[in-house]
Amino acid sequence: MNSSNRKIKEIIGNLRLIWKEPLLFVSILAIFYFLIVFVVFPIFQVFKTSLFVDKQLNFSNYSAIFSKRYYYQPFFNSMLLGVYTATIGTIIGFIFSYALTRTPMPFKNFFRAIATFPIISPPFVVALSAILLLGRAGSLNPFLTKIIGDYTIYGLGGLILVETIAYAPTAFLVLYGILQAIDPSLEEASMDLGASRAKVFSTITLPLATPGIASAWLLVFIQSLADFGNPMVISGNYRVLSVQAFLQITGMYDLSRGSTLAILLFIPTIIAFFLQKYWVSRKSYVTVTGKPTGATIKQLEWYIKLPVYSCCIIFTGMVFLFYGSIVHGSFQTLWGVNPTLTLKNYVEVYQVGKDYLIDSLVLSSVATPLAGIIGIFISFLVIRKKFIGRGVMEFISMLTFAVPGTVVGIGYILAFNQKTIFLPFVMTGTAWIIIILLVFRNMPVGIRSGIAALQQIDPSIEEASTDLGADSNTTFRRITLPMIAPAFFSGLAYNFVKAMTAISAIIFVVSGKWNLITIAILGFVDNSRYAQAAAMSNLLIIIVLIALGIIQLIVNRIGKGVRTIDIVG
Amino acid sequence: MKQDYLVLKNLEKIFGRGKGSVTAVDKVNLEVKEGELVTLLGPSGCGKTTALRMISGFELPTSGKIFIDGEDVTTTPPNQRPTTMVFQNYALFPHMTVYQNIAYGLKIHRIAEKVIRERTEAIMDLVGLKGLNNRSPAQLSGGQQQRVSLARSLIMEPKVLLLDEPLSNLDAKMRVSTRLEIRKIQQRVGITSVYVTHDQEEAITLSDRVVIMKAGKIQQIGTPQEIYAHPINYFVADFIGKANFLEGKVVNILSQEEIEVDIKGVKHKVSIPKNTFSEGDRIFLVIRPESAELEPKKSGAINGIISQVIYLGSRMVYEIEVEKNFLTVDITNPQEHKIYSIGEEVSIILKEKSLHVIPYEEIKK
Repeated sequence: MNSSNRKIKEIIGNLRLIWKEPLLFVSILAIFYFLIVFVVFPIFQVFKTSLFVDKQLNFSNYSAIFSKRYYYQPFFNSMLLGVYTATIGTIIGFIFSYALTRTPMPFKNFFRAIATFPIISPPFVVALSAILLLGRAGSLNPFLTKIIGDYTIYGLGGLILVETIAYAPTAFLVLYGILQAIDPSLEEASMDLGASRAKVFSTITLPLATPGIASAWLLVFIQSLADFGNPMVISGNYRVLSVQAFLQITGMYDLSRGSTLAILLFIPTIIAFFLQKYWVSRKSYVTVTGKPTGATIKQLEWYIKLPVYSCCIIFTGMVFLFYGSIVHGSFQTLWGVNPTLTLKNYVEVYQVGKDYLIDSLVLSSVATPLAGIIGIFISFLVIRKKFIGRGVMEFISMLTFAVPGTVVGIGYILAFNQKTIFLPFVMTGTAWIIIILLVFRNMPVGIRSGIAALQQIDPSIEEASTDLGADSNTTFRRITLPMIAPAFFSGLAYNFVKAMTAISAIIFVVSGKWNLITIAILGFVDNSRYAQAAAMSNLLIIIVLIALGIIQLIVNRIGKGVRTIDIVG
Repeated sequence: MKQDYLVLKNLEKIFGRGKGSVTAVDKVNLEVKEGELVTLLGPSGCGKTTALRMISGFELPTSGKIFIDGEDVTTTPPNQRPTTMVFQNYALFPHMTVYQNIAYGLKIHRIAEKVIRERTEAIMDLVGLKGLNNRSPAQLSGGQQQRVSLARSLIMEPKVLLLDEPLSNLDAKMRVSTRLEIRKIQQRVGITSVYVTHDQEEAITLSDRVVIMKAGKIQQIGTPQEIYAHPINYFVADFIGKANFLEGKVVNILSQEEIEVDIKGVKHKVSIPKNTFSEGDRIFLVIRPESAELEPKKSGAINGIISQVIYLGSRMVYEIEVEKNFLTVDITNPQEHKIYSIGEEVSIILKEKSLHVIPYEEIKK
């Protein structure tokens, strides 16, 4: 009885502290409100809709899951694709990060840039370039048919190829961080006791990296499941959940079935997310200790160097090939018919797509700082303040990161296409639904990097500020914020990229008035106007690179402070 | 006669190239006898750790050679060298138990399971880890982790044991008790060892011989007594223990082993093991705080005024101002002596047997 009494006293005590700062108190309430309305409510709506058939509460959707082909087929397909992509992507990511951390490979910065480049481009661009290269009218098609005979890029094979290129970089980032953080003296000690390089790897490096490998695998798996753009373009007859859910909702207007498919997509994703967060990161042995001795013997045997270097070079080659074909394809007069080079496509893209471009820029530019600020503030609350429901707040704000865009998108149109008790107006069709969707989709990244940055700052610095008379608000503004500024801006950069390249959730909420560049690209692809699609993709990539460049300049100006950003895992 | 077991010949390590290059180890020569514990001692950046890492094989020398038991191991990779190292941060494998950590090296060498078990149990007994077989490193105290690291290296029965500041992560009290244990074990097993530290007290207590290094060069090699009583230059005298320095001149060579010096008009006889000074040489007289006594001021001695008095229980430390210099004098068992206060004028009486002389140098403070 005593301990629960103490707990209650503690909660009341914390509340009292917060109550003394009305601004803080109101902010916490406001954030809870927004999280419930814009995160929990939409997801709840999807669940609810899947339980209603013809406006009646009915479990028939769920009982049909194992019997109806249109349910279990896409489910099985999505899972299989996810397993393939995750496995191959993790292997490639591991080889790449091993090369960059444990071998004397030259031009490491270049290879690292290559390995992470696909992250900033819209993922479905890879599918587009696959068509340009390997489609029926693809530039490599005649060459390839000579070697392997007839093939089609549409379907499981093409999807694995495309998603691996798009998502292996995620695995790379995780594994690169893990391998770098393994204390080099552990591998030295192992060598010192007589272990050959192979034994060092199998007894020390690999076991210590295993939680990271599992983490990377799960992250790529989640991304593959949630992928919408790539399957939209090249899945062919290979039906996957994300596309099927979309088609049911927007094509067949079958909200019930579409929602069920969305839930089928949601469940494995959320399970994988939990596994990744709680089981894998618990077991991690990696600690960043000691100075990295650059001399972790770089005299490497040729039979290790050769396959590792070759793999890196091949992957690099593919990245160049795929993205290069986008550039090349954008200058073609008529894809597959007239290969003469021309600027016509860019002109057309400008005329037709100018509005899309402006819409994308405007909406992203509004959503990004919002997401960043709210995210940083939430991370500040979660790390530095104690109040009841703190864990719940953290959990909910991470949810939109875990939930596939398709599910979120469906949830938003279900939730906001009528007046509700939460919002006295209909939000679908407005710019606001897009902005809010972008904000809450990308906020978790800001929160994550905010948490990572804050954890590196000694709390006694902020305590000193409070001790000298500043309230929470002032401390946050004048002390905390400047110190985490670089991490904040890096988070902004990532948010902006994600906002500009978003598609899987956005596609549900765009309207006649507000439309995004990614949708336009998809539209071009749908109409087989590949050269124009390539031109628009190019423009998008260039804009993103410019924005990143600007943000990097700002970060460099700011200088000292915490520099980390936790994009993944 | 014990032979030269570990030999460093003109060992050199240069990092970087051209203008920005750093000579970490500058043509070092050293012979370590079998069974000896030799300490490389010096301030941070003096090259002691780099030298150790070259012996272990983790750094490749820029030039020079390393011999162990007659064999040239200069380019042998670390996993084939007959050396093992106790790392500063212990480097215990976090995903293995204490037993697995210690048995690791033997397992790698495919020793029979039964033999591994016997030897591991024996070494755990030796270092005092009995019963901790299944603990993981995270569950051990600092001192226990250190012992696991030591056991893991010792069990390999290397020809040379290397220790890289193994006590720096322990608290002060643990350091004192652990270093005695390490020394006892080393002597019991009779293993040739090279120990690196920046703590001169540690070096003096543990070693058969001490190698003092500064900026990549060896300053002096000798037993702890030799280093303490007969430092060859200012750096060594100042680094080991505390010392006072008074400028002076050699006025007389009395014999091969004795000279006479003039300090501020007062003559003192000083014994020197092998005299290399000539009449007229400028010198520093090295006066350890414990090698002086105080008497009320009298003529014909070094006189000064007490500026600080620090009571430490077993000793009284006086700071005395002598013509712009400050000298420290330690009086042990102050109850048996006259106690002086700040401002009193005193004479510093030097106990001649403990005096030492080093060449004069311009000291940049």
